Amino acid sequence: MTEFRRFRGTDRYLTSDSLESAVNCALALGRPLLVKGEPGTGKSLLAEAIAEGLALPLLTWHVKSTTRAQDGLYVYDTVQRLYDSRFGDGNVKDIRQYIKLGPLGQSFASANRVVLLIDEVDKADLEFPNDLLHELDRMRFRISETNDDVVATERPVVIITSNNEKELPDAFLRRCVFHFIDFPEKSLMKDIVAVHHPGLDKALIEQTLAVFYELRELRGIRKRPSTSELIDWIAALRTAGIDTVKLDKELPFLGALLKKEQDLAAFADQLAGGRRFRS
Amino acid sequence: MFVEFLYELRKRKVPVGAQEAVAVAEALAKGLHDSSLDGFYQVARALMVHSEQHLDDFDIAFGQYFRGIQATAIEINEELLSWLKDPKPMRELTPEERAMLETLDLDEVRRMLEERIKEQRERHDGGNRWVGTGGTSPFGKGGENPSGINIGGSSGRGKGGAVQTADARKYKPYRADASLDIRQIEVALRKLRAFAREGTERELDLDKTIDETARNAGELEVVVRPPRRNNTRVILMMDVGGSMEPHREYVSQLFTAAKRATHWRELRTYYFHNCVYGKVWKTDGFQDVVSVNELMQQCNAQYKLVLLGDALMAPYELLGVSGFSAEERMTGLEWLIKLTSHFERTVWLNPEPVRTWRGNTIEAVSRVVPMFPLTVEGLGESVDQLIKGRSRRG
Repeated sequence: MTEFRRFRGTDRYLTSDSLESAVNCALALGRPLLVKGEPGTGKSLLAEAIAEGLALPLLTWHVKSTTRAQDGLYVYDTVQRLYDSRFGDGNVKDIRQYIKLGPLGQSFASANRVVLLIDEVDKADLEFPNDLLHELDRMRFRISETNDDVVATERPVVIITSNNEKELPDAFLRRCVFHFIDFPEKSLMKDIVAVHHPGLDKALIEQTLAVFYELRELRGIRKRPSTSELIDWIAALRTAGIDTVKLDKELPFLGALLKKEQDLAAFADQLAGGRRFRS
Repeated sequence: MFVEFLYELRKRKVPVGAQEAVAVAEALAKGLHDSSLDGFYQVARALMVHSEQHLDDFDIAFGQYFRGIQATAIEINEELLSWLKDPKPMRELTPEERAMLETLDLDEVRRMLEERIKEQRERHDGGNRWVGTGGTSPFGKGGENPSGINIGGSSGRGKGGAVQTADARKYKPYRADASLDIRQIEVALRKLRAFAREGTERELDLDKTIDETARNAGELEVVVRPPRRNNTRVILMMDVGGSMEPHREYVSQLFTAAKRATHWRELRTYYFHNCVYGKVWKTDGFQDVVSVNELMQQCNAQYKLVLLGDALMAPYELLGVSGFSAEERMTGLEWLIKLTSHFERTVWLNPEPVRTWRGNTIEAVSRVVPMFPLTVEGLGESVDQLIKGRSRRG
């Protein structure tokens, strides 16, 4: 049995058994961990927590719709080189000066083990994950301009998050350890709130949670409020010095919880019995 | 021993294969499962399931496969359960004792439990052999044994057993074949994209620029090209009225999602009743007639045609002719053949469950138009068909 450093969550980030198990699988097998789940359940924060828990540096790669897989490895700044050659700046002969490693490239090149977060992988083009398969598998790639190989000495811990906007390709999924973050149950949520708002009045926690879960169960809610919204809402309540809440039409700072106009309308229909939010 | 479990999963269409088996074996070899069924459940789930759609199937398969263990436990007679009902608290274990407990494997535990139940005749607490409470025997309640089987309730350390967790089936809402909501449809439809370079030249073509500049002896020569644009054009034809009434909800959801899909170059929607004959309508109230021949003249073969209907009708509605003009003398089926031969990519989405597709007009229609059920899975497959005409599954 090989021993390795296991992940157990941090003071600020509470985990469940299955999440810890998935993270440890990914650590032990050197595979990327794919995390899915409702928005606001702490997918991206997980990478920070792992970095903190294992005391490793964190690199982040925010994927956008225009991101190409190549950007993560390296970028060859041809335009800069072109200009330098025209105006005689810099050492144009040295191509290496114009090669900039992307986040994935940096994580390979790093002498020590790092945590790499590939955030919202589903934002990019459909073929994006496929283009990364080989590099994630072998943890190496070649810079074709200079024929240099970038090889990871220590396999980085790769955490990939997805919001399900696109299906990910099967070949990619097969290489990942998968975890779906459940929406926290009340008891866990209580702990989470306690972590973010230490010393909060017990009665207020009970009330806010009751309201929060009831709100999530309301009919016709499209974007159900999530953990991060609850935390923000409680912060707002504390700042305003409100110490009792109950689910009625006068709910304070409703906008912190419900963010869609249709949801506000649904809320009004069911609780206020009126059309306060209808325009 | 988990190889058979692998087949149990495959039976439930969870896509697992050798790669997953090897991964799980590697994880077990590294002791990631902490030698417990709970741990095995977590590890196997993380490595074998790749999408929340399959979590429920995994739970069912897990429950089924490891039920043997539970089932034996459930057969334990009432009396035994009543002994377990008021548990005695457990004493602290020494590390040696704990190490000893780690060593049992599941099969052995199972076999031992069966034997033990056969032999046991009275209540036991705090022991290490019989089914009882507060002890270190692998069976019983409120005790601790990492490889043990929990009988009738939670174990001492406050964790439900893996089989119980599996039995709770809390991932049911994420199943792919159960429900369709607009967002899921949107996700499926989003795959229907085809980029092509069109329009005015506005984007810098870096490679060509460098090439041209080099040819130009270093004097900067900028080359531009048209930006990539989406070139998907979709025709959606929907059956309304009659036997389609019960499916109204699904159809309107698909319609909303399709309308909302802004990534298409063009979306045309038409309505028909029962089957496409010579004409289709622009509204569901059967107004604004469009002749199918005209439509085929306007739209080239690259349009993707999606037909949506239950394809359930009286045989004469599909095969009979109604008039004398050339248009009216073609049967519904012939019209469908004409449409599929004009458009390169055609699919038929059917809200009726797949098991009802035999021995009626659905079967006849599905021979002409590739047919898919109106579920998230079916929709995904139909989109694949529309993109590359990938062959249909089973």
